[in-house]
Parts: sequence; structure tokens; C-alpha cells
Amino acid sequence: MEKMPEIRNYTFNFGPQHPAAHGVLRLILEVDGETIVTADPHVGLLHRATEKLAESKPYNQNIGYMDRLDYVSMMCNEHGYVLAIEKLLGIAPPVRAQYIRVMFDEITRILNHLLWLGSHGLDIGAMTMFLYAFREREDLLDCYEAVSGTRMHATYYRPGGVYRDLPAKMPQYKVSKWHDAKQVAEMNENRQGSLLDFIWSFTERFPKRVDEYESLLTENRIWKQRTVGIGVIGPEQAIAMGLTGPMLRGSGVEWDLRKKQPYEVYDQLDFAIPVGVTGDCYDRYLVRVDEMRQSNHIIRQCVQWLRNNPGPVMTDNHKVAPPTRVNMKEDMEAMIHHFKLMSEGYCLPEGEAYAAIEHPKGEFGVYLVSDGANKPYRLKIRAAGFSHLAALETLVKGHMISDVVAVLSSLDIVFGEIDR
Amino acid sequence: MEGLLLVGWIVVKIIAIILVLLLSVAYITFLERKVISYMQCRIGPNRIGPLGLLQPIADVIKLLNKEIIFPEASNRYLFVIAPIISLGTALAAWAVIPFDKTAVLADINAGVLFVLALSSLGVYGILIAGWASNSKYAMFGALRAAAQSISYEISMGFALVGVMMAAGSLNFQTIVQAQAGGIWHWYWLPLFPLFIVYWISGIAETNRAPFDVAEGESELVAGFHVEYSGAVFALFFLAEYANMVLISALLAVMFMGGWLSPFQGVPYFESLFAFVPGFVWLLIKLSFFLFCYLWFRATFPRYRYDQIMRLGWKVLLPVTIVWIVVVALAVQFKMGPWFV
Repeated sequence: MEKMPEIRNYTFNFGPQHPAAHGVLRLILEVDGETIVTADPHVGLLHRATEKLAESKPYNQNIGYMDRLDYVSMMCNEHGYVLAIEKLLGIAPPVRAQYIRVMFDEITRILNHLLWLGSHGLDIGAMTMFLYAFREREDLLDCYEAVSGTRMHATYYRPGGVYRDLPAKMPQYKVSKWHDAKQVAEMNENRQGSLLDFIWSFTERFPKRVDEYESLLTENRIWKQRTVGIGVIGPEQAIAMGLTGPMLRGSGVEWDLRKKQPYEVYDQLDFAIPVGVTGDCYDRYLVRVDEMRQSNHIIRQCVQWLRNNPGPVMTDNHKVAPPTRVNMKEDMEAMIHHFKLMSEGYCLPEGEAYAAIEHPKGEFGVYLVSDGANKPYRLKIRAAGFSHLAALETLVKGHMISDVVAVLSSLDIVFGEIDR
Repeated sequence: MEGLLLVGWIVVKIIAIILVLLLSVAYITFLERKVISYMQCRIGPNRIGPLGLLQPIADVIKLLNKEIIFPEASNRYLFVIAPIISLGTALAAWAVIPFDKTAVLADINAGVLFVLALSSLGVYGILIAGWASNSKYAMFGALRAAAQSISYEISMGFALVGVMMAAGSLNFQTIVQAQAGGIWHWYWLPLFPLFIVYWISGIAETNRAPFDVAEGESELVAGFHVEYSGAVFALFFLAEYANMVLISALLAVMFMGGWLSPFQGVPYFESLFAFVPGFVWLLIKLSFFLFCYLWFRATFPRYRYDQIMRLGWKVLLPVTIVWIVVVALAVQFKMGPWFV
């Protein structure tokens, strides 16, 4: 009898140059027909040695590197790092600064989830979602720009507070070759007051926009067919694999550092933790969409508080934070402080600290070891995406090629933080 | 001499059809970009020429100037032949489409069969392209396209069977004439399930969103034509859009009364719009379906490959079979007002 031909599985590269690889993921897929047998993620193509670089820079100069880790939720990364320093120093920022941090953490969460929603939609084929999400992101990035001067890599949080108070006047558009006076007036309509007024007008509008997104996707039959029951992970396994954030909550585990280990002023704010039931892509989608609504709710509370409670936004401990410019010109001691801070920075007491925050993607932790110098002895970053990506194979096994794309984007990974 | 003149006249007609078709394809790409842009709160191309109207011309020039890259491991003959098959079949099917009462290139009796045959042949272009590229992504795209086209061909064919039975003919002119009598006499009403099935299958057949798994941007990068560039890619591109127009035209002809006026039998309006030539009505109906193509693309997520198969075999096919029986009974018992 003639020998049967041997049928081998197909192995191919998914990425690093693939439209749905979310950056530079190289995924080696072995498929039987269209069914995934193994999925082997290769990481490291975006390695920039952030942790090593941090060992040779004074503490404050590393804040900018944190922005570049997960480059879609910039201020949250800063927050984790700044919290670790404050923990070692044993200082706390003024309450107003804490509210500002919380507000910008939540703005960042919306920014991140909007980008996630857009790219998740795009990966599943609902491309209009992407542009709708970017329309809203535009306003939030303007908030970033108003406080820090840049739209992405803000370097706004500092140990001891935030860089400066919220601007009293929102920057406005000017007439240009492309926009005449009438259009500009329309664009500046909600920019007449302060930054807080601008954020307030955003929070008024945003829930309706989320409703619009949901009307496009939530009950859409194709959307449900593509996400319900795809990439299921149970609560026990999710905990065992180190999943955090919406990935864990999607599986029904009510774990949120903002509630369980409150930092800043989260214990004084009212918000809920949305959780899923089955732990599939659809539940993770619902959790994230609901988180956007909750964030919106938190931002509104912060705006109200910030409107009524002016005050300092930076600690008055000038061993850590530079004195004001005016003081520096008149006060000898202030000038010395300024000189020391700008040249050498400040030293942390010997010891180690771990600070974690509820990052939009999960638990973002910074483990800091200090030998008493003005720069970290070792900085270890615990990025949520890393363990999420490690769970990919478990999630996609037995599914089809198209599901890999859906699951991968539902992980919400960004290679800036995974490869670091 | 007489014969030569006739051949010449036919050639002129062919050239006219192809020129108009290619030009409209070019502007459909422009329209697609514009329509989807406005649906997505952006402006779309507006730099080249007034209102961006020269954009498709610029695109064509760009594509023709680009180098055609032949992958080393590809089969060159098939690699070049594939897009030609795709475009050839997409254009040839236009021979039997009636544009007006008398304006049809080939008024043959087996028009429906001819179109069905050519649209089935079109899948060879995709299949060969995917195989000849010798690329894994292209292969996946080709396999998906082949399976999808074959499955949808069946429900599409059954939907057409309903039309044939209702009109009692395979000739497109006869089919259009059989629908005479105003908007309620067109076949979309008595054959409503078949109309919907044909519409959905048509979208699947042309590999357009939400059934675009064969080229699935976010999964297979570009699917079967991932290795194509320059002019050969342009041929695939033209074929895809020509097929879209073709399916829209077929929908208009078979279910929407083709070149018939929608005001037939409506007092006052009928005489008011009597001056409008038939092909304008066809164009309006066709444009509506084309617009829907773009609308769907901007709205729907993409199906997964196996879900498309399930939809084709388990939903659309049974629907057509049931409705064929209904149509058969209606025709047999001469149910008015359509089948008298």
C-alpha cells in the first residue's frame, strides 16, 4: 500500500510587521488549517533599557523615561515611579496635588481605553470606531498640553506634587489659513474658561459619546459573534497567570488597587468597579467601556473639588522640590536649594520600596532600591502587559487566526512597557 | 464589408462600456474615500485638483509608475495571469447587462447563466494569485476566498433561480420587462427574501466588508494580493470595484426593475418624469446599492471565516430553498399582481 502523505501544520510569523501586531510583537503561530495549535510570542524588539538607563540618572530625570514606557497612558506610569520615590522619602504631596493626580490618572485611563477601543474595533474590522475614539482623545490630549506643554510625554508628576497648578485659562485656537474666524469661534466654544471648565464640558459630553460607541458595537451581532466566548480565562487561572486590571476584572475578580489599596485620594471618591462574568473578549470590552464611564464620574468629582479648594500643588520641602523663582532671587537658602536640586538632585535614604497603582492596563508597579545616592541603585518596573502577553497562548489555543487578532487586541498591550 | 462594419460597431460599443466602467471605478474609489471620511468625521482627499477630484487620476499614475515586484519563489506566469483573469471576468459580465430598452451589448437568452458563469470564474483569479505568490498569507487569503465564493455561489444561484422562475426567462431584458408596472411590481417585493439573500451573497462574493476575510487587513495583511504591487495590483483593485458595480447593477436589474421608471402607473408623476431616460433610473438604483457597500464597510465589524460559512450554508441557503418553493406555487397559481 502506498504511504499516506504526511500532513504537517503550517507555521508562520505574525509580525513584527503586521497591522494588528500592536507594535513590534513577533508571534510565531502554528496552525492546523486555521486553528491555532501554538502561539509563541517573541518580545524584546522594542527594548530600550529603561531600567538600566534609570540607574545613571538623578531621580527626577527619570520621570521622562516613565512616560515612554506605556506611551498611551503616560501620566499613570509617572505616577507609579513618583509614588515609589515619595514612599522612600516619606513625604506626601499636598491634597490639591493628589486630586490633580487622580484627575489626570482618570483622564489617562479614558485616553488609554479610547485608544484600546479604537484599535480593538479596527482589528475586528469596525474601523469607524478608531476615528471616533480619536476625536475624543483630541480633547484629552489638549488637557495634557495645557498643564505640561506636551501632548504625550508630559513629565508632569514630580515627587512631592505636580509640576505646576492647573492653568486658569484654556489655550485657544487662532485663525489660520485652514480655519476662518467662524470656525475658530466654534472650536473655541468650550475653551472660554479655565482648564477645569474645559474638562467639565468634556465630562458632560463624553457619556453620550460612549453611548454612541456602544450603539455601534455592544449589541451588534457580528461584534458579539467575534468576541463572545473568545479568549476565555477563568478567575483562578487569571490570578495564577498574574493578570491584573480589566483582564482580571473581566474574569469576574473584583480587584482594583484604587479600592483595595487606596493611594492618593481614591478612598474619598465615589466610583464602582465593573466586573465581567465569563472572562471572554466581550466581557473585557464591557468592563473597559464601563470603566470609561466610571472614570468620567471620578473626573467630575475631582473637578468640583479642585474648583472649590485652591492651594499649593507642590510640597514645601525644598530638599525635594525646587523653591519658587521669585524666592530664589532674594533668598540665599532658596538659591542654594535650587542649585543643589538642579545639579545633583536629591538623595533617597538607603532602602527599598514598591509602589503600585491601578494603571489603565492593570497593576503598574515600580520597585526601587536605593543605596543612598542621588540615583536609583536598581529600578524594576512591573508592567501589566508583560504578564498579559504571557497568557496569550492559553487564550488563543484552539481558536482561529482571526481570533488571535481579537484576543491580542483585547489584552491591550503596548510594547513600550513590555519590552521596556 | 457589412460584416466588418457590424464588428466595428460592436467594438466601439465594447470600448465605450469599458471606458465608462473604468472611469466610474476610478471615481467610486474616490467616492468611497469621501463617503467613509464623512461618516468618520473627517474630510477625505481634498488636495489634488478642485475638491480633490483628481485624486483617482493621481492614484492611477502612482500605481502605474510603481515597480512590479515578482517574489523570487513565485510562479511568474500565473502571477501575471491571475489579475488578468480577475479583471477580464469582471468586465466581460457587463456584456449582458441592459442599460436601457435597447441598449445592451449582447441580448442573449442565457444572460443570467452567463453572468453566473463569469462570476464563478472570477474566483480563479484570486485562487491562482494566492497560490502563485507562494506566500503564506496569500495562501490563506486564497483558500478563504475560494471556500467563501463557492459557498455563496450556491445561495446566489438559488436566488437567481427564483428570479428566473418569476420572469420565466434567462434573458435580462425579459426579466426587466416582466417587472413593468411600477415600484410594487418589481421583484424586490414578491421575492423579498431572495433579494436580501442575493444582496448579502453579492457582498460576500465581491469580498467586501463585512465579508472581506480574503484580504482581511488586520488578519492576513492583504490576503491574496499581499505580494502584488504596481500595475498588477491595480488590476485586482479595478476588478474588485468593477465587481461591486456589477453586483449593484444585477441587483437593480433583477430586483429593482432595471431601467424602468419607479413612477410607472402613478398618475401625474409618470408623465412628469417620462423624459428621464431609462439608464438614468438604472444609474440611480445602482448608485444606491453602491452607497450601501460603502456604508456597510464603515459600519460593520468583520465576520470570522467560519461564521461566514455558517451564515452561507445554514441561513441563506435554506431561506432561498424555501422561497423557491413559495415562488413556484405563486407562479403556478398565477398569484397577482406579480405573476399574472
